[in-house]
Formats: sequence, C-alpha cells, structure tokens
Amino acid sequence: MDFRLTDDQRALRAGVRELLVRRFGRERLRAAVDPPPETGSDGRAGPPGPAGPRGPAARLDRALWRELGEAGFFALRLPEARGGVGLGLPEAVLAFEEAGRALLPGPLVATHLAAGEVPGAATGECVVAAVDGRLVEWLDEADVVRGDVTEAVALRPVDPLTPLHRVPRAAPGDPVAALLTAAEQLGSAGRTCALAVQHARTREQFGQPVGAFQAVKHLCADMLVRVEMARSAVYAAAVTNDPLDIAAARLLADEAAERGARDCLQVHGGMGFTWESEVHLHLKRAWSRARRGPCAAQAEEALAAGLLTWAERHGA
Amino acid sequence: MDLSYPAEDEEFRAHLREWLAGVLPALPPKPPPEDWPARRTYDLGWQRRLYDAGYAGLHWPVDAGGRGATPTRHLVFLEETERAGAPYVGANFVGLLHAGPTVAAEGNAAQRARWLPPVLRGEEVWCQGFSEPDAGSDLASLRTRARRDGDDYVVSGSKIWTSHAEVADWCELLVRTDPKAPKHRGISWLAMPMDAPGITVRPLRTLAGSAEFAEVFLDEVRVPAANRVGEENDGWRVTMVTLSFERGTAFVGEVVACRRVLGDVAREARENGRWDDVPLRRRLGRLDAEFRALWRLTQWNVSEAERGGVPGVGGSVFKLRYSQVRQELYDVAAEVLGPDGLDLDRQWTADRLSSLSYTIAAGTSQIQRNIVAERILGLPKGR
Repeated sequence: MDFRLTDDQRALRAGVRELLVRRFGRERLRAAVDPPPETGSDGRAGPPGPAGPRGPAARLDRALWRELGEAGFFALRLPEARGGVGLGLPEAVLAFEEAGRALLPGPLVATHLAAGEVPGAATGECVVAAVDGRLVEWLDEADVVRGDVTEAVALRPVDPLTPLHRVPRAAPGDPVAALLTAAEQLGSAGRTCALAVQHARTREQFGQPVGAFQAVKHLCADMLVRVEMARSAVYAAAVTNDPLDIAAARLLADEAAERGARDCLQVHGGMGFTWESEVHLHLKRAWSRARRGPCAAQAEEALAAGLLTWAERHGA
Repeated sequence: MDLSYPAEDEEFRAHLREWLAGVLPALPPKPPPEDWPARRTYDLGWQRRLYDAGYAGLHWPVDAGGRGATPTRHLVFLEETERAGAPYVGANFVGLLHAGPTVAAEGNAAQRARWLPPVLRGEEVWCQGFSEPDAGSDLASLRTRARRDGDDYVVSGSKIWTSHAEVADWCELLVRTDPKAPKHRGISWLAMPMDAPGITVRPLRTLAGSAEFAEVFLDEVRVPAANRVGEENDGWRVTMVTLSFERGTAFVGEVVACRRVLGDVAREARENGRWDDVPLRRRLGRLDAEFRALWRLTQWNVSEAERGGVPGVGGSVFKLRYSQVRQELYDVAAEVLGPDGLDLDRQWTADRLSSLSYTIAAGTSQIQRNIVAERILGLPKGR
C-alpha cells in the first residue's frame, strides 16, 4: 500500500497548476470579478464599473475553455481509443483540486462529465451545463444543458463568478459529480489555509507578526487539520469510488472549504472583509458548491444507514 | 495512490486472523480496571503469546529483536487485532510504544540487549517519568535533578500522571543534569529501576474513579550512569524521538476500535428507538465520515512513514482531530443511552469519562496546535 501520489500524478498536478497560474492567475481572476469601468461619452472613465454583485452576469472565457479542452481537462477520463487521455478518477480529482485552488469559474464538472457524450465537450468547444440538485450553474452561457430546466428562475448569485438558476424539481445527484466538487472544495480549502498563513506571517500588530499570537496560530492549525482530513477522504474516495466514501469526502471537503474561508477572513481582519480581498470569493464559491448534488443531510443519512447495515452484519 | 495491500501482507493478514480466531476464545476474562497486579499479569500474558507466535515487536528493527515489518504490515496487524477484539497493549504501552523504540533508536548495544528482549517477551513493564507538578505541557521546565556521584546519578524530585507506576519495573525518566543550562539543554534521559531505594509511589484517582496513574516521589535514588540513553544533557532531543513515536503511531489501532463502537452505538439506537431521532442519526452519519477520514489519514501517514522511518509531526494533525472526535463519539453514545448514559456500569459511560483525557495527554490540543502552526505551517514562535 502506498497512498501517496505517484510521480505521474505529481507531474499532472504540477502541469495543471502551471497552466492555471499562467492562464487564470490573480489578475485574470480580478478582471473576471471587476470588469473595467465604462468609458463615458467624454472619453473619461466614469464612476467605478458595475462590478460585483450588482454588475452584469459573468461571462465565460471561451478561449480559456478551449485551452482547458486542449490540455485534456475535460477528456481526462475518456479512453484513449475515443480521443481521451485515458486516466482515472484520482487524476481527475487532482485536476479539479487545482481548479478549486485557482477559483476557476465555469460549469467544469458538467462539461467534464459530458465528455464522450456531448459532441465538443471533450475539446472545450462546447460548454455544457447541467441541473445539479435544484440549481443550474452557467445556464445562459451553455451551448448544451442537461436536465429539465423548464421554469428555471435566475437568481442574483452570491458568488459573482457563478451565475445560478433555480429549478422546481431536483435532479438526482451523480456520485462522480459529488466527488469532483469535493476535490474543488479541497483545493479552495488548501488555498485559503495558505493565504491565512501567508498573511499571519507578514502582517504585524503590537510589534510582531499576528501569526505569533496563539489565537491566530490555532485558527491556522485547525484549518490545516481540516484540509488534511478532507484530502485523505477525497483521495481515498477517488481510489475506491465507493458512494459512502464519496459522501464522507463531500462532508469533510465542504466543511474544510466553508470554515477555511471563514477563518481565513477572520485572520485577515478588516482587510478580509473588503471586496478587493480574494477571501470572500472563496467563501462564496464554497457556499455555491456546497449546494450541488445531495445536501449534507442526505450524505449524513446515507452514511448512518450504511453504518447500521455494517454494524448489523459485523455485530456480535 | 494505491490503497490495496501487497499480496504478502494479505497473506500475513490471513495467517494472523486464523491465529487470533484460535487463541482469543481461550483467553482468561479481563481483570477489573482497579486491579493493577492482575492487569499486569493479563497484559504480560498476552504479550508473551504474541512473542511465542512471532508477532512481538513487529515494527521494531530486527537488530532490536523485532521483525522489521514495514509500517503497512504493522497497520495490518493493528487492524486485525482490533477487529478481532484482541487485548489492548495495556500495561505494555510505554515499553512497546515509547521506551522500547527510544532505546532501539538511541541506546547503545548493551542497553538494547538489556532492555529490549524483556519488553518483547512480556517480562518487564515500563512507565513514563516525564511530567511533573510544574512541568506538564511545559515539559522542559522539569525540576527533578540528578547529581553525578561516582558511577551513579543521585536523583531527587517528583513525577506525576505516571501510568502503571505501581506495577512497573522500569521508568523512562527525564532529569535535569545541568541546572545552569538553558531549560531545553541540561536534561538527560535515564532508565530507572522501580525497585531502587528512595522511590515512593502514591496512586492518584482519576475523574473516572479509577487509579490509572500515580505520583512518584524520588528521594536520593541512585541510578547507574550506564542507564543514561544518549549523551548527558542531550535528553531533550532523545525525548523528542520518544514523543514522535507516541504521537505518530500510538493511536492507530484505536481508530478501528472507535469505528466498531460507533457501529454498536448505531445498533443500540436502532434497538431502543433513538434511531428515529433525525438530528441524532445525522450526528452518527457525520461521525462515520470522521472515522472513515481518520482511517484514510492514518493510511496516508503510514505511507509517508514507510519512506521516512521515524514518524513526523503529521501525528499532531491526526491527534488533534482524533482526540476531539473520540469525545464526540462517547457524547453521542450517552445521548443514545438516555438515562443510562449516567450509569457508571455502562461501559460507554466509563469510556466517555476516560475520553476526556485524550485532548490533554501526550501534549494538550493547544500544544499540538502550536506544533502544527510552528513546525508545519512555519508561523513564528510567540505567546
């Protein structure tokens, strides 16, 4: 047994990370969140652009989508005979973890799951959205929508980079979609932990870095513990592909992402509460992802039922 | 990422399972927790059986009398013994998990030959003389002093929270050998025979009502200088080796045991009607997720240790979450039991009380968080 990443898996992770840093680094993220201010008729910049929650719906970067397609992001698990990369769930999880770390927007999971089924999805030519739980992400930007979206109602989305529609009837959850979402949550949790640590090392108050204060230190330590628990659960679920392992992974990854972003905000103090900070984007995305597929209550119920079955089989 | 065990480890598992099935039904009943001499006999008897069957010191190096098994195989051993409900390591805890590995890693040839075989054969019990009344989490503040006199150290002071002290043959003792040195230096690691004149053991009653540990008073106790493991005044480094064993591997088998208890709690809830309580049922499901993840984190740490040898600070991450989740498990168990959750005759009630020590023993959760923050995350030292 060797649970650690293989050299190939490390290389894949590094490759995806490098691609995303180059193509969707911090500046691109900010540009997506804050479109440039509109220029008035006199040629001077008007008031600050209609950025943020009251701004226009986010647009999908089609060129980036195609680049992801070329890099094999969507065709990762498609067999080579069908033009795919021929890798497995563990590799997909690593790629989605990096997407979560970079806050990469778009219906990534829906398009990935459509590769091989919807023409153009594998290459990134076609953007696919899907009903997941009672929500559809990126409905207006999608070329193809899977699931019943009649009577879909647009929400004013909390995450500026995740346009949302609510649908009247919930779609049954797909375990692989739940796992890939967990991987994104894990990546986001890792990122907010790193951001908090970085801030705590450098921000000085009372004549020393705030990270020297035990109260701050302990917030950071608990963030890491949640990340490592989630990482173990998510990676193991990718290996076993067991629905209950996936349910457990989702619970822990959702917790790591949501609480991690919240604690990261706290460590950043007043700076964390500003629109300029990256932290709120992680928190809002984590909330959005947590609504995908089966909710926490359903996951807990499934695990409880499984536990009872297991206990009755192994019991005295 | 590979979670399957090598064929030879699966073969080992099959043999172990067969052996356990044969030997466990013939085991005498477990003695009551208060009867320390009986517990010593019981635990040493189990250790002897393991030794005779070739399972003693599985993870110890071969030149220390062990079997040199990989961490993965040791994991299989812990999995199977816990699943079969085999006796816990018990009074052999310190010898097998702290003092033995420390002597194996840091001791000289004579020390290894003297102390390691009796631990493996189930002949001698060790206790841990680290903590003092004024040196708990701040262990380096210990004041028990050892003055060199000829070939001996003369030791005076007191130790506290010393488990198994009444029935131990040896004590792994931390003493101050240079009072003028900075507090982390000037400490030495000694093996003290518990029958030496000048030692008084006074049992302490825990909040669980049992005498789990003791105070040990040392009045001019003579310990041969040859019993010092490592260099004089280098005891802090030796101790860090010991603590990394304690934090790294000591709780592995318990995760399996906790999952079994969680299953029993679920069954109990089904039988007494509490299963219909939705929030309670959801808490059980959430705990199942926690124990699944703790097991996977264990496998992750074992995979890391397979390369590194001595377990690292990753054990602190595990211990922080495990000690907390273990307490939640017995809180839920009490919830399921209802009024019986206040009955000390129910095992889970006693276990709920003893679980309160988990966030304190072997470094409090607060100290573990400092370790994680400073040594893994690289945050600055401070207050």
